[in-house]
Amino acid sequence: MTTAAVPRRTAPSRAVRSGRNGPVAWMALPALGMFLMFGVVPLLGVLALSFAQWDGLGAIHAAGLSNWRSVLSDPGLPHALWVTFLVMFLSWAAQTPLALLIGVFLAGHQPYRAVLAVIYFVPLLLSSAAIAITYKALLDPNFGLGPGLHLGILTQDWLGKPALALGVVIFVVSWQFVPFHALIYQGGVMQIPAAMYEAAAIDGAGRVRQFFSITLPQLKYTIITSSTLMVVGSLTFFDLIFVLTAGGPGDATRVLALDMYKRGFQANLMGPASAIAVILVLVGLGLALLLRRIGGGASDSQLEGA
Amino acid sequence: MATTVHTPSPVTAAPHQKEHAGLRRLLRLNWLGGAASWLWLAVVVVPLYWIVVTSFKEQRAYFTNNPFAPPTAPTLDNYKLVVESDFPRYFLNSMVVALGTTVPAVLIAFMASYAIVRGSGSRFLGGVSGLFLMGLAIPLQATVIPVYLIIIRMGLYDSLLAIILPSIAFAIPLSVLVLSNFVRDVPKELFESMRVDGASEWGMLWRLAFPLTRPALVTVSIFNGLTVWNGFLLPLILTQSPDKRTLPLGLWTFQGQYSVNVPAVLASVVLSTLPILVLYAIGRRQLLGGLTAGFSK
Repeated sequence: MTTAAVPRRTAPSRAVRSGRNGPVAWMALPALGMFLMFGVVPLLGVLALSFAQWDGLGAIHAAGLSNWRSVLSDPGLPHALWVTFLVMFLSWAAQTPLALLIGVFLAGHQPYRAVLAVIYFVPLLLSSAAIAITYKALLDPNFGLGPGLHLGILTQDWLGKPALALGVVIFVVSWQFVPFHALIYQGGVMQIPAAMYEAAAIDGAGRVRQFFSITLPQLKYTIITSSTLMVVGSLTFFDLIFVLTAGGPGDATRVLALDMYKRGFQANLMGPASAIAVILVLVGLGLALLLRRIGGGASDSQLEGA
Repeated sequence: MATTVHTPSPVTAAPHQKEHAGLRRLLRLNWLGGAASWLWLAVVVVPLYWIVVTSFKEQRAYFTNNPFAPPTAPTLDNYKLVVESDFPRYFLNSMVVALGTTVPAVLIAFMASYAIVRGSGSRFLGGVSGLFLMGLAIPLQATVIPVYLIIIRMGLYDSLLAIILPSIAFAIPLSVLVLSNFVRDVPKELFESMRVDGASEWGMLWRLAFPLTRPALVTVSIFNGLTVWNGFLLPLILTQSPDKRTLPLGLWTFQGQYSVNVPAVLASVVLSTLPILVLYAIGRRQLLGGLTAGFSK
């Protein structure tokens, strides 16, 4: 086969060209169009609406900075931010060590560990609404598990006291997502070259030492991936919290996303709600950049190890 | 603990086994991880067990008996109540929304992934790829207010299409990220030889890349289908009438209606999850494998 046998490509010159292999760029257009329409345009739109007055039904009027002034001076905002970060941090701190431990364990080859992985995955299949409804029934102080088992310690007004309600949210989040992150860690552990462990063993390193000197550093990127998913994901716990506590008791679990929904779709104040949404976007982007910086800072050292 | 000394594994082992011997020994000794795993298994299983057991109990029995005891007189009344309410309608709606979102979303994301991989070097496609990556970092639910506005202006409010269109857009970033990783793995030589045979990019997309990335396509489809099936916020704000409700929203209203009848509420939870469990049983291997592969690349 010589190049002479290559049929001439009859790429129409007007098609979108993209380098070496003929026109392919147009194939990205449907996805790009959908994402622009319902992703990018709304993203810009939310910024625009934050300077507007709209009740969700009628006409939209320009409102200057009034939404921002009212939102930024409302004590509800620092509170919602605080609750958001608290939920984010606590759910991260509760899930990461557990997921790491379980993931390392699951990376073994005993067959029953595969069975464990299958069962672990089930909470991830349930909708947040279903999970929240289940736990609401399970924790009910009158009809739930506590009174049923006549256990005083379980018979509490779990969702009626601020600190307990926050704890329940963290627990339910962990219940749903620890297995998922454990599976991510399992995948990460399986990619660590076994030779590193053998070398460490020859050097006389015990397994605790091996965990901290090999497993943990080698999992650096997995930890960053998993943490990013947890942190960005924690901004989207809307469904769970909405059904479980509706932000209550009081506003003890009123995270930013819930604050946005309540202002916008319950109080019909779309302008201030959009301002909250802009803050939510900024928080998400800021965290993603922060985590990327943490991840990028030591990208060379990982290569050295392997 | 730290004094455990590992002897090098015997050379007689097969290469593959030998490679994993050290790792495996380390893992076998990981009692802390083992304890955590078994404990967490109990934490996961106990509520699931409780859901299933309770959903077969009579409402009276629920209040008097030990909550973990299996029902003395199992009944299907709760399920009957659920099925005779609007649940079949919600079920159908969820089905339409899940399929209507997943199939187009995965197909256009696949086409975009192909373009991004094959046209790497193009500034346009680099920009598109960067845009999708940025989409991953943004909590898309922060954009629901303008989405609501757009849907109203399009005259789609309170229809299933209102849920489907934004769901497709929300599914694209992660789908493109995972799929382009897999398209990138298709050997360049295969593209080259097909091109020599006169295949167009469109032909290679469907006859080469599509079959070779099928496992990833299935994984991404299941993942997107699951996300949409369980989605709550978009149906909540973009629909209104009871006959447009999807399952999670239906569950929520059902629970508001029958909150005292815990067995019936739990039966609705079981019924709404059943199709997912069946799908999981069929596509489990692919889902687990694809998920970890997608995230550890």
